[in-house]
Order: sequence, then C-alpha cells, then structure tokens
Amino acid sequence: MNFSEVFKQSNQLCKVSPDGKYLATCVQYRLVVRDVNTLQILQLYTCLDQVASMEWSSDSLFILCAMYKRGLVQVWSLEQPDWHCKIDEGSIGLVSSRWSPDGRHILNTTEFHLRVTVWSLCNKSVSYIKYPKACQKGMDFSADGRYMALAERRDCKDYISVFVCDDWHLLRHFETDTQDLAGVEWSPNGCVLAAWDSCLEYKMLLYSLDGRLLSTYSAYEWSLGIKSVAWSPSSQFLAIGSYDEKVRILNHITWKKLTEFEHHPTITNSKAVVFKEVEKRPVIPTEDLSIQQIAMESSLFDIQSKYEIPPLPVQVPVVKPDPDRANPKIGISAIAFSVDNRYLATKNDCMPQSVWVWDMQRLGPTAVLEQTAPVRFFAWDPRRPRLALCTGNTKLYLWSPAGCVSVKVPVEGGFQVQSLFWHCSGDSVVLLGKDQLCLCYMATDEEK
Amino acid sequence: MPDPGLGIREFSSVSHIDESPSRHRSPPATRASETNSKHSYSVLTAFCTEENIPQCVAYVNQEAAALGLCGVCVEARGAGPSLGAASALNLLYELLQLQRRGQRTLHDLETQQLKNNSDLEHLQHNNSRLKDQLEHTRRENSGLHEGERQLQLKIRTLQRYLKSEKEEVQKLQSIIASRATQYNHDAKRKERESAKLKERLNQLLVDKRDKRLAIEVANCVGRADGKRSLWKTSKMEARHEGEMYKALLSDYEGRHQVLLQENAELKKLLQLMKKDMVSMLSPRKTTRAHMPAEDSLEQAGSEPDDELCEGSRDPLEQMCEQAREQLANSIRLQWRRLKSHMQRLDSQVSLAASREQEEVISRREHEEAITHMKMELQQCTEFIQTQQQLLQQQLSLPCDEETAALLNDGYLLEEKERLKEEWSLFHEQKKNFEMERKNFTEAAIRLGHERKAFEEDRALWLKTQFLNMAPFVGHRRHATSESHIHSAVSGAKVPSSPALSCTSASHTGLSTPTSDPMTLPSTAELYRTLQLIPDSRCGATMTKSQLRDSCTDCSIFSVVRDGNSAS
Repeated sequence: MNFSEVFKQSNQLCKVSPDGKYLATCVQYRLVVRDVNTLQILQLYTCLDQVASMEWSSDSLFILCAMYKRGLVQVWSLEQPDWHCKIDEGSIGLVSSRWSPDGRHILNTTEFHLRVTVWSLCNKSVSYIKYPKACQKGMDFSADGRYMALAERRDCKDYISVFVCDDWHLLRHFETDTQDLAGVEWSPNGCVLAAWDSCLEYKMLLYSLDGRLLSTYSAYEWSLGIKSVAWSPSSQFLAIGSYDEKVRILNHITWKKLTEFEHHPTITNSKAVVFKEVEKRPVIPTEDLSIQQIAMESSLFDIQSKYEIPPLPVQVPVVKPDPDRANPKIGISAIAFSVDNRYLATKNDCMPQSVWVWDMQRLGPTAVLEQTAPVRFFAWDPRRPRLALCTGNTKLYLWSPAGCVSVKVPVEGGFQVQSLFWHCSGDSVVLLGKDQLCLCYMATDEEK
Repeated sequence: MPDPGLGIREFSSVSHIDESPSRHRSPPATRASETNSKHSYSVLTAFCTEENIPQCVAYVNQEAAALGLCGVCVEARGAGPSLGAASALNLLYELLQLQRRGQRTLHDLETQQLKNNSDLEHLQHNNSRLKDQLEHTRRENSGLHEGERQLQLKIRTLQRYLKSEKEEVQKLQSIIASRATQYNHDAKRKERESAKLKERLNQLLVDKRDKRLAIEVANCVGRADGKRSLWKTSKMEARHEGEMYKALLSDYEGRHQVLLQENAELKKLLQLMKKDMVSMLSPRKTTRAHMPAEDSLEQAGSEPDDELCEGSRDPLEQMCEQAREQLANSIRLQWRRLKSHMQRLDSQVSLAASREQEEVISRREHEEAITHMKMELQQCTEFIQTQQQLLQQQLSLPCDEETAALLNDGYLLEEKERLKEEWSLFHEQKKNFEMERKNFTEAAIRLGHERKAFEEDRALWLKTQFLNMAPFVGHRRHATSESHIHSAVSGAKVPSSPALSCTSASHTGLSTPTSDPMTLPSTAELYRTLQLIPDSRCGATMTKSQLRDSCTDCSIFSVVRDGNSAS
C-alpha cells in the first residue's frame, strides 16, 4: 500500500474524472487538474469566487464549478484550456448545480427551489422546470442517463415528473400518494423508480418507468420512518433503513419484505465476526521529555491500533439519542451494497462506532466492525467486495471477506481522514482531510 | 280344695307388671285360665280353701313382707284358724293404696310418654328443617364462592388490559412527542425559509438593478454523441414513448426469461427428486414383507408408474396448474413416505445397535484392518522405491563414462572369448562329426558290401548244403531258392541303401533324429546297424577312439571341453 504526498484542497472538493484519468481538486478559487497516476498538474483554472461545488461531465471533458454566493457557474474544458463558459443566474440565486448525463446541459436549482434552469452548452438555450421540491433527494438520473425523475410539489400535493434527458421532453407526470415526498431514486436497471415519504410516515412507493404504481410498502405506522434507501446493483433488492434501527430488504419480484436486518446491541450470532479496534498507546516517559525530542520523534504520539476478534457474545456500545430533538441520532443512516451484490454495509446512528456488514446470500450478519471513534464515512470498492472506512483519525480501515486491516496514513504532522472515495478502477482511494488530500494506492491484498 | 296355683294365676292377671321372683317357688300353675277376667271371684276362692289357710296365710305374709307391707296374722278362733280381720283389712287397704299409687304412676308415665313422643316428633321435625336449611346455605355459599372467583378473574384480565392500554398510551405519547418535535423543527425550518424569501423579495423590490440571467459561452460545444439535435415534435414524443416502453418490455422479458429458466430448473430438480425417492422406496417393497405399512408401499409402487409416464409427456402440457399441483402433491407424498421410512430405519438401527454390539465392533475391526493394510501397502511401496533407488544407484555408480565403457567391454570380452571358444569347439566337433559320419558311411558301405558278400556266401553254402542234402531236388527248387536267396540278398540290400540314404540325411541335419521308419531310419538304428550301440544283429567291432568320438558326438551341444579329442 503506497501513499502519495499530500495536496491541498478546500471544501472537500476533490473528484476523479469518470474515465479515471484525472483528478480535479479545488483550492479556494483555483481548480487544479492532475494526472491520477503521476499526480502532475496538467491544468490550472481560476474561478471568479471560492468554489462551492465542482463536478466532472460524464465524458470527462468538462468541469463545472459553481459559486453559490455569487450565483455563478463556470465551466472549464480539459481539451481546450482557452474555452470558457460562465452561467449567471442573476438575482435569483443558486442553490445547487449539476451536469445532465449527456454532459452538455447544466441544471441549476435556484434559491428557494423556485425553479430548475436547464442550460444547454450546445445551443445556449434555456429551459425551466417549475415547482421542484426541496427535499432530501429531489432529483435523480437513471443509470443509463436517459431519464430524469424530479420531485415536485404543487398545491400541497406531491408529484413526480419524468423527463427524457435527450430533449427534456416531459414523459410522465403523476401524483404520488405521499404526505411529504422526501426522495426519489431510480433502480440500476432504470425500470423502477422508488419514492419515499419523509420520516414522519413510513411509506415507500415503487413506480414503473411509465408511471404506474407497482407497489406500496409500509412497515409500521406512527413512529419515525425511512431514514436511508439503497438499491442493490443488480436491481434485485431495495434496502430501506429506518429509525427503528432495522434495515428491511424488499425483493424485486413481489416488492414484499424479504427479510429485515436488526442491529441488536448484543451480538450472539456465531457467523458474525466482530472486529474490534484496539488502540495501544505508547508509554511516554515524563522525565526526559524535551521539545526537541517531541519534534524529532513524531512516533511518540503514534497510537498503534490493530483489530482483535473478541469472543461472542459481544456488546456493541450504544449511545442513547436525545428524545427531545428532531431528527434524532437513531436509526440506519447509511446503507451501501457492494458491487458484486454480495454484501451490504450499514451504520446505525445510535451505534456510531460500528459498521455492520451483512451477507446477502445468507441474509445474516457476516462482520461487525467496532472502531474507537464514530465512523465518519465508508465506501465500497467499485470493483471488488472491499470496504474502506474512516473515523476522523489518522488511519484508513479496510474490510474484505478475508479480514480487516487498519493502515496509518504516513503523513507528517498527522492527517485526519474525514472522508474518502474510491477511484473507479478500485486501485486507489482518495483520502480527504480537513484541507488536505492524499491518495492511497492499493498494491497488496490485506491480511488479517 | 282349689289349687293354690289358681290364686297365683289371679295375681298374675291383676298385676302383670309386677313380677315377683317368688313365683318360681310357687307350684306350677297352668296358664289356661289367663283368659279369664281379672276380677273373677272364683279365682280368689280357688287360691284359698278351708284346708290351706295357714299355707295361704304364710304365703301372703311372705309376699307382703317382700313388698314391705305388714303381714297377716292368723287367729285361732272358734271353728278353725281364721284370718285376723284387722290385719287382713290393713293388708287389703295397703294393697289398695299400693294399687292406686301404681295406677297413678302408670297414668303419669303414660302422660310422660305421650309428652316425650310429641317432643321427639317436634325435635325430629326441627332437625330435618335445620338440615335442609344447612344444605341450602351451603349451596348458596359455594355459589357465592364461584361468583367471587369469576370476578377475580375478570379483575385480573381487566388489570392486564389496563396495563397494556397504559403502555400503548405511553408509546403513543412518545410517538406524538417525537412527531411534534419533528413538525416543530420542520415548521421552524419552513418559517426560516419563508423569512429569507420575504427578505429576498424585499431586497429585490428595493434593488432596481435586476441582474438578468445569462450564459456566456466562448463557442458552442457539440453534442456528446456527435449527432445533431432534433426538433421537438410529436413524432419525437411518440418515439420517446416507444423507447420507454421498449426499455420496460425488454426488462420484463429478461426477468420473465430468468424466471422461466428458474422454474424449469426447479421442476427438473423436483422430477429428479421424485424419481430418486421412488427408486429408493420401491426396492424396499419386495424385501420388507413384515413392514406394517406394506399396503401403502404397494400403492406407491403403482402410483409412481403413472407419474413416471406423466413425466415423459410434453413439458408444455405440464405447465398447466393441474400438472403442477400433481407434481407437488406427488413430491409431498413421496417425501412423507421417505420420512417414515427413514424413521423406521432409524428405530431399527437403534434397536440393532442396542442388541448386537459385535456388529459395531466388527466394523471397527474391519476399519482397523483396512488402515493396517493401507499402512503395509505404503511401507511396501516405500521399500520398493528405496530398492529401486539403490539399484539405480548401483547401476549408475560408475559415473565415469570411460570406465563404464571399459567395464562393459570387459564383461563383453569375457563373453566374447567364451563364445569364441565354444564356436571353435563347436566347429571341431562338427568336423569330427563330419569325419565320423564319413567313416560311418564308408563303414556302412563296406559293411553292406561285406554283408552282401556274406549273404551270397551263405546262400551259396545253403544251396550247397541243400543240394548236398537233397540230390534229387529239381531245378525248379533251385530257381526258387535262388530267387529266395536273391530276395534275401535284395532284402539285405534294402537296409544298406536306406542306410546310405540315412547317412546322407544325417549329413545334412544335425538336429534331432527323424522318426520316419520307411525312408530315413534314425541315427540310433544306424548306430545299431554299425554296432555302436550294443545290438544282436551285427557283430562288427569298433576302435576305442571311435567309440569315444561317438560319445562326444552324441553330446555335441555340451560345453564341457574334452582335451582328448580325436582331432
């Protein structure tokens, strides 16, 4: 495992191009494009203001930089550095900006979600979409980039509009039977659209591509409902994480619950392996402690950690949430399927230090990772069943069916890993700190 | 004189209650006159007469004394003993008093008796009434108990219900609380947003300079796929619709195919399972005659045949519901039978295991023997391998090629020399043999000649003898004897010529002597004729050396060297 040197970045804005060749980072108002392998700077662009959001176009030719405060979007071309494009939303403001799947249209959501403006780079035309809904996930593109689903709200009622991304033709517009539509997501095969209600009501609606309601699923009433949703890559399963600390799996044939995964604080299942991170703090001799020594021996404060497998039954530490606060820290907040459909990683907010990995063939837990700090982020390798996670300390943790390993990022002065994402080839991980980034190249397989 | 027994009778009739023990002392009285009235004077007179007055008096006195009354005295007056009137009257008066008292007591007792009877009746009546009452109250009591118990049960269920309701209420309250906080949060958020909106609106109204939205592009970029963009027409719309439906349909078809495949595989699996189960169960039918469920098995035997025929039918037909259900039912049936069979087997095994321990042991022994044999086999193979290795080592010991070649040559040399010697010997012997054969043939020829001569001489001598013996035998006999002799000579000739041919034959073939008697007599015969082998036919003598040579010739293939060879 090799680590690259550290580069600056701001706002956690760092993205790899879809073809995997380039790495774009934003440092204040500059946009830096590097080659992924050599990390040499290829292009350097200067934006008009501090960049709030940055995105690659799908063909890896253009980069979009949005500056929300100024209501500006600047588009840069990789092939032609002289080419420039600036979109000014005017007084209407800008809340979010994204590419369309064909890489030639930019969708800007104005302030207060008044409308979505569709700018075309091909013919400078503008289209408007009215009444978009401001919710958790109001807009989603299908995997093949042909259709876009948009959540709308008119006259206190929720609607979903399906557009054809080719020419932004409105294909379908239908009302949803929800109290407060919270999000829409296409299935990976592009034929089913999942729409769910806000947390006040547990309701999952499944629509076919042509707007027919296929099925409704509601696990229970009155208590807080859906917190997170994930489709399996094969479109066979829909995982719904809810506030009752359970993940329910629906199957794509009957749209009925296949099983539910319960995050019980006491683990007794013998098939689940519990990896507990154990820290070993070095003993610091207090007598001969001098500033020089501290400066030289940075390893003095190195905290070694490794994984231990405690015997069953194991108690997972639970943090009781504050019952008086809204959006309580309880329930499944993150679900992710592995790319081979085999594993499901979940995080229960009231067990913030643990990540659960479930085996989809056995429909049971296969591993529980217990860290020493709350898990900040985890992501699956896009090529193989390998999970990378970080807890905000200087280590990168990897889990695979073979075992678990913790790697310290060998950066001087410490590197607090706040977030991470995989390169599309699965060969490297980009680690993001507060204002730094580092690449980790996977060379060898993990050992236990 | 009246019998005093009569008086006694009177006593008994007057007071039947008062039984005096002195009655036994009284003379035996007949009871015949008991039926007489109580107050008959005739009885009185019968008791006492003029004669037995003193006895009667005595008796009366006795009785009076027994009763505690004063007695009667007898006064002797004028004409015989007579009763003192005063004492008699006293006695009578006392007796009357006694009688009255008795009557009174009787009356009293009777009244008492009546009273007691009525009291008793009254008490009995009361008793029964009270018993009834008691029974009644007991029943009431049990009824009340029952009622109380049911009420207790009801109380408990109500309490439980109350508890569950309370819990539900609590849960609902907590839910309401969380929802309320969520609503409040959302409401606050919306309020904040609306406030921002109002502010922005205000700002916009105040701020006259309206920044128009615009896009500045250096030059238009082509489409990603390089094609030109198309106009938005209804045809386009239709095409979009069509594409959408196509996508949906292809997805459905794909899923349908997958499901069909899965279905077919599962059906195949079921069929296989059914066949396996049938095959497993059917052979048992013949062997297990003592099984109680034989009938069902026999039935099963007939059923699978029908079902197997079904299986051979067109699979399309089998897609209809009935066939599917039939298959499922038959599978279930077979499975149940298999289960029962397995249970029977298990019970049998357990029985057998408990009864016969030796079987288990023998199996263990068998396994042990197998492992032992395997070990032996392994050892043997190892041994063989080591031996092979050693052998190879030995063979490949002379690693040097030259020495190896030399050694090889050395071995060969010895063999070559030996071979040469043998060849020389062989040639010698061959030559000897040839020579001897030549000698033999010459000798045979000579012998033949000599024999011929001898036979001729003999014939001549015989002739002369015969002629001498029989002078007047005709010329005819002479001719015949001559012919006879000629034939004998020719007969003698015959063996010689074959002998000649035999020798020529024996020249060519050193191999085993032929056994053709007609044309080629064997070497043994030749020897016999030449008298090499002791024979009574000829009497030719041979030299010592010739004999020895013949011996060596006989054993021509032996390797033993003879230093004293003829040549």
